[in-house]
Parts: sequence; structure tokens; C-alpha cells
Amino acid sequence: MAEGIGIILLKFGFILLFALGLGGLLTWVERKQSAIMQDRIGANRASIFGLRLIGLFHPLADAIKMFTKESFTPASAEKFLFTLAPAISVFFALIGFAVIPFGDKLIFGDTVVNLQVAPLNVGLLYLFAVAGLAVYGVVLGAWASRNNYAMLGGMRAAAQMISYEVALGVTIFGSIMIYQTVDLQQIVHLQGGTFWGWLPAWGIFMQPLGFILFLTVGIAETKRVPFDAPEGESEIIGYFIEYSGMGFGMYFLTDFVETVMISAITVTLFFGGWQVPYLLADGFHFPWGEVWLLNNWTVALFQIASFSLKVMFFLWLQMAIRWTLPRFRYDQILRLGWKYILPISLLNIVLTGIVIMVLK
Amino acid sequence: MNFYDIVFYLFAALTIASAGVLVFSRNVVYSAVGLLFALSGVAGLYVLLAADFVAIVQILIYVGGILVLLLFGVMLSQKGMRVDIGTGAKQLGPAMIVVAGVLVVLFRMIMKTPWALQSVSEFEPTTNKIGVLMMTDYLIPFEIASVLLLGALVGAAFIARKD
Amino acid sequence: MLQNFAHILVFLIFGAAFVGINITISRLLQARNPHPVKLSTYECGELPEGESWIQFNIRFYVIALIFLIFEVEIAFLFPWAVVFKSLGTFAFVEMMVFVFILIIGLAYVWGKGDLEWEKPANVPDTSVSPLTESKELTQLMAS
Repeated sequence: MAEGIGIILLKFGFILLFALGLGGLLTWVERKQSAIMQDRIGANRASIFGLRLIGLFHPLADAIKMFTKESFTPASAEKFLFTLAPAISVFFALIGFAVIPFGDKLIFGDTVVNLQVAPLNVGLLYLFAVAGLAVYGVVLGAWASRNNYAMLGGMRAAAQMISYEVALGVTIFGSIMIYQTVDLQQIVHLQGGTFWGWLPAWGIFMQPLGFILFLTVGIAETKRVPFDAPEGESEIIGYFIEYSGMGFGMYFLTDFVETVMISAITVTLFFGGWQVPYLLADGFHFPWGEVWLLNNWTVALFQIASFSLKVMFFLWLQMAIRWTLPRFRYDQILRLGWKYILPISLLNIVLTGIVIMVLK
Repeated sequence: MNFYDIVFYLFAALTIASAGVLVFSRNVVYSAVGLLFALSGVAGLYVLLAADFVAIVQILIYVGGILVLLLFGVMLSQKGMRVDIGTGAKQLGPAMIVVAGVLVVLFRMIMKTPWALQSVSEFEPTTNKIGVLMMTDYLIPFEIASVLLLGALVGAAFIARKD
Repeated sequence: MLQNFAHILVFLIFGAAFVGINITISRLLQARNPHPVKLSTYECGELPEGESWIQFNIRFYVIALIFLIFEVEIAFLFPWAVVFKSLGTFAFVEMMVFVFILIIGLAYVWGKGDLEWEKPANVPDTSVSPLTESKELTQLMAS
């Protein structure tokens, strides 16, 4: 179990590439998917030596632009906090990935590498606590900007995020009660195997209501459409109105990294994480009795691929929701959070508890 | 001095330095940012004491909850930003005597107490144990806590509404 | 267990380093063409009206208060949720009592209207026209 700092660094690099790569890809997916849904062509101009690759170079062009654009601080702003706030924002968005398991175990000579940066036994609690810190980047940035619209957007965002934080906490209890653990790797392990010999034992089949609530709350927590009243670009623009260059880039990145995060947690809690149906540690065991034996490396690759594909599916789903629904009004957002989702998820806890008690 | 000690002193230094920012800053929002790091440092110290659940709850409640409330309070007050919170009454002499007295008492307590030392290898997850104890030995305090929370909620909402 | 938190610490340090490096690189690469208009507060070419650090509606504070109480409740629920299967029906009933008492709290703030977010009656102040001040910005532009 002893892992050198080199291996931790490799895993850190992998998860960073995973989050940032998907985040970058998302900027492209967002444009391209909206284009398809609205019968347009979408971003396709960025090219390298005339090679356009259906606009896939746009994230790269964005990154170059973020790095090179002038990032200025308004004269009336609080200089220090104005610079610090976007960095805090993106930092708190990234550190959650430390506990997301993206595979089981990789045997590497003598060492067994756990495919999770920090196998924390309070992983889910850690995620929940870190999600609550996201509010600081927004509030401090808004306040430091000293702009009327930034303050408006910041206060809206803060009230929305803390409201949905409560709902987020309550929606995940169904899963914790079923698996009796807050260790994410263990939760994924418990989703291995099958019901009745063929249906993968994923969390969604035990917590269908929990899943729908969680996804809704997750989208609200990341302030994406239809919950984007704090940053409605056609009205108040939001807490990052004064930011330019890298400062804006970091808020932008925070948004997309949080979207990836929500997908990753959804997959981990409700869709078996890295589990592939019928794939055990030594290979595929199909319900009709066929067995394909695979070595450890192949299995690990399958698991990582499975996790990534599932995450991508939920990214696609979030984008589809984003381009389908219109923006909610602010009072509707808060009403939904406090008066519908919170009571329903409390009810979900009671129901889950009763079912578990009866089955026992 | 091993790795454990180094990390301990790092967190202790972070906590004290941020607490210094909190106390000496002229701007209340900067004080709140100082408190953010001070409370996070305390969470790190809890981890080093093998209290994993308490450490996470520290982040959840103090860093992610109470501090948000504080920030809201600061931002909702019209002149909260550059208000001078000094009252003019310095009373340096008596303050020095009281502080020195407290320091002596604390120091003696630290020195005299027979601390129960635990070896690093005994650290283990605590969430389940806390759950079991809460449901058995500490049931009454646990249920009273819910009444206390209810009282706090009703009272706070009542006071805030009167504005 | 401590080792796992050490992994988190390493992750935090490298995460912070990553953010810091990004800021530094962009500082080195970015263009610099200072102009006084760029430093003015953004408000679509108008000079901003009034101060932005104002007293916000007390509702925001009430929401934060309710949020904090529920956050504490959730912290109490976690240790229960991981062991309640092994403790049996009694523990379940105990927790239902706990949750029920807090639902009373929710019902109270709900019934008293603290969760309402309807628009307050607001008469716009027409005595000051923001347009009159755009001259100042024009002068700033010329400088």
C-alpha cells in the first residue's frame, strides 16, 4: 500500500488532465451541441495549417486567449482580493477530484496502485464539505469588484449555492444509508455484481428518486442554465462582470470543472463509478456463463474507460438540459430548492430507511 | 523532527498567521478571509489528531457555514468595509496584567496536565464509532441537540424578520 | 488513515501550485495597454450610479441562517447514516424523531414566509437620470 510521492504525482497529473481536458472539451461541446440543437454550424474557424477538425482547436485557441489577454483591475476594486478570488474559486473546484475513484487497482511490479488520488474513508463527506467552499470565490470576487451588477450577481449566487448545498447534502443520504459507508471507493465496489444475475447493481436502481434530485441539485449548485440567474448574461452578467483575461478564464474554468465534478459524483454514486457490467477483477463473467479472462492492466484500462465514458455521457446530458430549458426566475430557483427538493429529499431518507428496515 | 511534526508546525503557523490577519486587519472582509484560513488550519490540526470526522465537520460547519453567515453579515451592513472598530478606550495597563495572568495559567495547565499520548499507528476511522455512540450512550444529548437547533432556527428567523 | 490525508495534502499543495503557475504565466504573457477608461467600473459606458457596497435585503441573511441550521443537522445525520443498519429499528426511530423536530423548524420558517422571495413593492427613483453623467465619461475618454 506504500505509494511513493512519484505515483501520487502521476495520479494527480492524470486527474488534472482528466478534469481540465474534459473541461476544455466541454467548451467545444457546449458550442457544437447548441449549434446542432439550433440547426447551426457552430464553432469551426480555428485551424492549424488549414486543418479545422470540426472546430476542435477552439478550446486551444481559448486557452491561448486567456493567457495572453490583458487582465486589468478596475480602479475602485479591492486589488488583492480581486486577484485572489478567481484563484480560490478554481482551487476549490479542483481539490474535490482528490477523492474520486477512477479505477480499482493497478498492479505495477510489487506495488499495488489504488486508482484514486486519496483513498479517504470520509471521501463523500470531504466532497460535500469542499462543494460548500465554492461560494467563497464567487462572493469575494463579487465584493472585490465593487460593481453594482457584480454585487447583485454575487449575492444571488451565494444565496442560491447555500440553499442548494443543503439540498445536496440531504439527497446523498439515501446512498449512504444503503451502502453504510462514506468511502467512495467502497461505494463503487459495492455497486459491482448484479441483481437477479443480469442487471448491474448500480445505485440508480436503488435510489432512482435520489438520482433525479441529485442531478437537479448538482446543476443548480454549479449555477448552470436553467439555474443561471446569478450570471444571466442578458441581464446582470453576474459576479465576474469586471474580470478579464485570466481572471475571467479561471471563473470560466471553475464552471466547467464543476460540471465535470457533478458528472463524476453522479457516476460514482448512482452509475457504478468505474464498474463495467459483468467485469470482475479477473475478467468478464457474462450472465450466460461465458468467461473471458483478462489481465490486470486490461481490466484497469476497461475501468478507466468506463468511468470516463459515463462521465462524458452525463456531461452530454447536462449540456442537453442546458440548451433545452429556459432560465428560471430567481424566486422560482429558491422556491424549488427549499419548498420542493428539500422536503422531497427528506422524504427520500425516510422512505429509504423504511424500505431497508422492512427488508431486514 | 519527522514529517508529522513538520506538518503540525506548518498548520499551526498557518492558523496563527491567519488569526493575526483576522485580528489586525482594518478591513472586515479581509478579516473574514483570514478567518477562512485560520479555521482551515484548525481542520488540519484535527486531522493530525486522528479526528477525521471532526476535521471534515470543521470545514463543513465552520468554514463552509458560519463563515458564510459572517460574510453575509459584513456585506449586508452598509458601512461594514472600512469601519473603525476601535473604541478609543485602550486600557493598556490592566489589559497587560489580565493577559499575562491568562498566559501563566494556560502555560501551567499545559505543563502540569498528564496528557494521554497515542501512537500514530493507532489512528483509525472514527465516523462509525461516533454514529454508534450517538445512538447509544449519548442519545439524550443528541436529541436535545435537535431541540436546541429548532430553538436556534426559530429564534434567529424571528429576530431577523423584525428588522 | 493519516497517510490518506497526506495524499490530500499533496493534492492541495500541487493544486495551489498549478493555479499559481497559471496566474504567473498569464502575467508574463499578457498584453499591457493601460488606459484610464479601462480602469473605470464597467457599466456599458455609463458612470455607475451609487455605491455597490450597500445594505442588501435582509432575506439573504435569513436564508444563510436557515442554511447554517440545516448544515448542522446534516453533520449530525452522517454518522447515523453509516451505522443505522446494524443498530436496528430503535436507531431509525430516534433519527426520525430528530429529523421530525427539524422539519418542524422548516415548517415554521415556511409558514412565516421566510422562504418567500416575491418582489417587494418598489417605486423607481426618477429624480436622477443616469444619462446626465455620461459627459464625465466622455471627458475621461478624451483624456
